Amino acid sequence: MNIEEILKIEPYSLDKTTKHELLSSYLSNLTEYHYIHCEPYRKILTQIGFDPKHKYLHTELPFLPAQLFKTNKLISTPNESTVKTLYSSGTSGLTRTHIYLDKENATNQTKVLVKIVSSFLGNKRLPMMIIDSDSIIADRNQLSARAAGVIGFSLLGSKPVYVLNENMKLNIELLNTFLNQHEGERFLVFGFTFMVYQHFYKTLLDLNLRQNLSNAILIHGGGWKKLEREAVSQQGFRNKLKDVCGLQNIHDYYGMAEQAGSIYIQCQFGHYHASVFSDVIIRRAIDFSIAGIGEEGIIQVVSLLPTSYPGHSILTSDKGILRGEDDCPCKRLGKYFTLTGRLKQTELRGCSDSYE
Amino acid sequence: MKDIEIIFPRNFDLKQFIQMEAEEPFSMNAISFLDALATILRNDLRSIHFPEIYTFAFFCRKANLAMLKRTYYPCDRSRLGRGIAFHITPSNMAMNFAYSLVSGLLSGNLNIVRLPSQKFQQINVICNAIQTLSEKQEFKLFTRRILLVKYPKLNSATSYFSSICDARIIWGGDKAVEEIKRNIIPPKAIDITFADKYSLCVINADVLIKENSPKNIAQLFYNDTFLFDQNACTSPHLVVWVGSEENISSYKKIFWDNLHHLVIEKYVLQPYSTIDKLLTFYNQLIHLNGIIKTTTPDNLIWRVELTELTEDVTKYRCNCGYFVEYTASSITDLLPMISKKYQTIGSYGIAKEEWDQISLQKNLIVSERIKPLGKTSEFSFNWDGHNLINELSVPLQLDN
Repeated sequence: MNIEEILKIEPYSLDKTTKHELLSSYLSNLTEYHYIHCEPYRKILTQIGFDPKHKYLHTELPFLPAQLFKTNKLISTPNESTVKTLYSSGTSGLTRTHIYLDKENATNQTKVLVKIVSSFLGNKRLPMMIIDSDSIIADRNQLSARAAGVIGFSLLGSKPVYVLNENMKLNIELLNTFLNQHEGERFLVFGFTFMVYQHFYKTLLDLNLRQNLSNAILIHGGGWKKLEREAVSQQGFRNKLKDVCGLQNIHDYYGMAEQAGSIYIQCQFGHYHASVFSDVIIRRAIDFSIAGIGEEGIIQVVSLLPTSYPGHSILTSDKGILRGEDDCPCKRLGKYFTLTGRLKQTELRGCSDSYE
Repeated sequence: MKDIEIIFPRNFDLKQFIQMEAEEPFSMNAISFLDALATILRNDLRSIHFPEIYTFAFFCRKANLAMLKRTYYPCDRSRLGRGIAFHITPSNMAMNFAYSLVSGLLSGNLNIVRLPSQKFQQINVICNAIQTLSEKQEFKLFTRRILLVKYPKLNSATSYFSSICDARIIWGGDKAVEEIKRNIIPPKAIDITFADKYSLCVINADVLIKENSPKNIAQLFYNDTFLFDQNACTSPHLVVWVGSEENISSYKKIFWDNLHHLVIEKYVLQPYSTIDKLLTFYNQLIHLNGIIKTTTPDNLIWRVELTELTEDVTKYRCNCGYFVEYTASSITDLLPMISKKYQTIGSYGIAKEEWDQISLQKNLIVSERIKPLGKTSEFSFNWDGHNLINELSVPLQLDN
């Protein structure tokens, strides 16, 4: 199957056997493609004994640590001039991840994102409010992962309204106008988890504004790290939003700049779901073997989408637990999992730094 | 100054501290104090859990100090401490502060020591012992020469202590040195800084085969590496094998198997380090030539074989059990490699004369940082090109 055909498949419609066959054959070819087109990638694969002609299972394919994209230019497209750079701020703040996207790759990301999210929301475009500022999407050639996320999601609604100004202050007037206009209607809210918490929830709370968002569906993502610092749990986040504005229909998603588009949305049972366009493999730290259902490990993500850079198989620094495959009570097929945090670079002994 | 926690003394008097005077190195007062400290530490029940405290106590006892005096201060009344020594010690090493303080006391200075932010039981034991001594009449005055503080990073305290010190000792690495140096010290004051360094070890397989207990050798290597998460500046990253091809190929495996058993038994794997190991390996594959990974049973120990030895190898390193190996025909193969970036060389089965010869050839004082395997982290007043006693004191010109 080629990518056009794959993009026609419903996101949660393939059972285990069919999906694994698809992933294995497609990802073997994709690995070979990157092997041919990306020199640093080929150097790695050659040394670890990869045979480009062999058909591997998708679980046997090599995976790159996400951090490798911070220190190396990894690109698989011959025509660099058509490439946009997507960068993420990087958790350490020192070096940034750079992802090189050509038009085809970027288009496929958008298509998949729309497919995945609409399978949760229905195909009708809903009125949409974005908890971010449109100022962050000004330069479209150098995009931050956050801006790329905002642009991608903005396609899901009709006439999206950005409710934060360039100083990340909530524009109350705009918010009220939006809410009045769509009173009684279902509508979509999108934002990064921390932005929703810091600039939306906290403002409503501080100003004691009692808005009614009970008809809204919130989709948010971007990780829990900053909220953990404020000691706000997933459940706490949900409770707070419900209390302050009646928002109850909330879906977190798990995704990353290295594999934008093929995100993992949380269903009503709190499980993150792998669509047919991607998969998760949970690995044990001790030897990178595959962990069983219910066992915590390091999350590896594979995606069918990355073509202009070798990011189709990535080892993240996130921890998670596979909860099952094809049998979530929400009826979606595919693997489903929960997140349990990030692996921390714990303080090592040694004399590396006298200034911490 | 905000957020400064004074660990010792209980009632600190800044005016009194500043007014105290430097004294000559290896003063009777300093030696008696350290010897008394050694006694308390040896008798403290908590020391049982920390062999490094015994090692420190052993270092501080009178007989050892007398020996060190002969090496570092052979002529009485020839030098005087600089004044106030400000020590900034690594946040993740328990014992470094204690040795730094001893260097400051024995060179005749008043000492301000910033302790690690991390909580270490070893530090409590030593600070308690100092407190106990300060309550004794005979050490009351001498212990006024010590100020032990804790404060968070980015605090004005660094700037203040820098402004009043006569010598500042910054225990690395490069980034910390750079940041701390932004705080100005007085024109007459000096900085002693320790940069990021790369350490290695050399193992002679021809000697290893005669070893009765290969487990002991693995234990020595473990003490140099895993004991500090392979993150001390003295921990080897490169393991160089010398000896006959046959001995190397058979004893290498025995060595690593023994180490693996020890690591399983004693070491707690940090899951994050496994990602770091994979990352380091892939970076090496991209940027270096002739890299081959040796298959190991798990992620506890990663071994990577080098077919050519270039200086670039120092750029890609990792902690927590990641080793680059190279087979050399003799230690002279290391000559082009031993640059200024090298710190400690752990040595097993190589005679001192061989090292002396290599030092002469290269015009390098490499031999001073050559340590037997298992002792690479052992403290010395001669550290990384600095003679701490001399640099923390000034000559008294009494020649004529």
